[in-house]
Amino acid sequence: MSHQSTYRPTGPFTEWLDKRLPVPRLMHDSLVDFPTPRNLNYWYTFGGILTFCLISQIVTGIILAMHYTPHVDYAFESVERIMRDVNFGWLLRYAHAVGASMFFFAVYVHIFRGLYYGSYKAPREVLWMLGVVILLLMMATAFMGYVLPWGQMSFWGATVITNFFTAIPLVGNAITEWLWGGFAVGNATLNRFFSLHYLLPFVIFGVVILHIWALHVPGNNNPTGIDVRGKQDTVPFHPYYTVKDGFALSLFCILFAWYVFFAPNALGHPDNYIPADPLVTPPHIVPEWYFLPFYAILRSIPDKLLGVIAMFGSIAILFVLPWLDRSPVRSLRYRPMTQIFFVGFVVACGVLMYCGGKPAEGVYVLWARLATAYYFAYFLLILPIVGLIETPRKLPDSIAKPVLPAPALAGGTPIGATAAPHTDG
Amino acid sequence: MSQTQADTTVTRRDFIYLGAGAFAAVGGAAALVPLIHQMNPAADVRALATIDVDISAIAVGQQIKVMWQGKPVFVRHRTPEDIAAAEAVDLSALRDPVPDSERRANAEENGMDRPDWLIVVGVCTHLGCIPIEGRGDYGGWFCPCHGSHYDTAARIRLGPAPTNLPKPPYVFLSDSEVQIG
Repeated sequence: MSHQSTYRPTGPFTEWLDKRLPVPRLMHDSLVDFPTPRNLNYWYTFGGILTFCLISQIVTGIILAMHYTPHVDYAFESVERIMRDVNFGWLLRYAHAVGASMFFFAVYVHIFRGLYYGSYKAPREVLWMLGVVILLLMMATAFMGYVLPWGQMSFWGATVITNFFTAIPLVGNAITEWLWGGFAVGNATLNRFFSLHYLLPFVIFGVVILHIWALHVPGNNNPTGIDVRGKQDTVPFHPYYTVKDGFALSLFCILFAWYVFFAPNALGHPDNYIPADPLVTPPHIVPEWYFLPFYAILRSIPDKLLGVIAMFGSIAILFVLPWLDRSPVRSLRYRPMTQIFFVGFVVACGVLMYCGGKPAEGVYVLWARLATAYYFAYFLLILPIVGLIETPRKLPDSIAKPVLPAPALAGGTPIGATAAPHTDG
Repeated sequence: MSQTQADTTVTRRDFIYLGAGAFAAVGGAAALVPLIHQMNPAADVRALATIDVDISAIAVGQQIKVMWQGKPVFVRHRTPEDIAAAEAVDLSALRDPVPDSERRANAEENGMDRPDWLIVVGVCTHLGCIPIEGRGDYGGWFCPCHGSHYDTAARIRLGPAPTNLPKPPYVFLSDSEVQIG
């Protein structure tokens, strides 16, 4: 939904600038007078929340890098120094560590929202795929960041995850030694992880800009999944969604602050306060909570190479999702069968997360295998087949219609007012 | 040069265009070599490739861990029961079938036939954890990460690891000293 620019320079300087570098026009057209479907609910506020998370991580991260030493002999102590001696170091480090968890929490909500309302479907396939790229970059960044404190979980998590690459036939060991810069995880590994951990957030930032660009070409999807048909279906982004996003962000920040100030280590692992020891593996290695579902998929397959393929495949499959789902209806609101399977999918992800944190034995293996099977079946069997056999519910005629009962359309005060600013042409 | 010639034959400009493109492509690829190869183990890391280990103090039934190339190496002085158990295994039951005679110190690889010495890299072949000595169902090692069991010849018996613990290159310099690497 490319729209006519409504930007009017406010004075001689902005007029001068508009002819040379029209940044104010770009900001106005994408953040102020951007026509946005009027029916977006709170699930749609997580895009703004994620932008906040990224900026918060970059700001706290740049500051932490001023005090951190990426060397195997000093890394652990420099982190302890940040915690004890650097002014407000404890706050900045906890905000960064908790921030990573909050970032993943928000991104998972954002992804499930996209899955539920069919936001990956035409014409938003590229938007969706850029989102998957961001997810992969986030995972790489979070993994390398977790290595930096050089505790036991840092070291052994790095060892286990870099060893995934030894599963590659023939060249696996050469690739792994290349990643390590040695014959095991060591100083060279720590140094390059620090370098890349600093780099990748800026790469993410760049892909986020592409993601927003790809969003602003077709415009937002919405809970009904039907296209915007005219001005009666939209409201300007500002003030309607700046305020809604801002309110949701405030609530999110309360949760964030609660963790930072009252339970900063609740989402971490105590073993990471033991300095890394290459000769002793902790009895129970678990990744951070946000990697647990993928870890459970890895462990549920008894073959090393196939396990690694399944784990990477669980994310790679998201790239082709727009072409796996055959239904012409976007929103699951109007897809009664898929709705039930979707609930099953969310449950399967929950089971995987639970099993990933438990030892790989007994009943947990069975549950993890069932959930893994369901995870892949959802994409490879359920979505392609159900899309063809299910009878969707009747779609509303327009976005405005289910929101506005007939009398309200005539002159309801709060809702009628929203259409007013859109008489520009 | 006439118009028809320019349309049908290869011109000097075409040649320069392709030549310049090919030069840039080859040059770009060559520039990638140092950019990628710098991440491989550096000279100082490679220089630590061999170590000498004094084994005179290791009693029968004991094991020591030494660091070699940043990885732990298990040096185990096996008991007669360990050896007997390792030799009694039916090879067809193994995932990575190797007889004990090739797993322990032997004359052709290690310069000396010493069935009581087993030297292996102590890195689980699944995902790189350090197996724990004396645990597991087969009297050898048990990996706590994902539950791989190794026997007294460090062969994989149960669990997700695909192969036995690897045997590093080593030679007996004397009865009491081994060079690993």
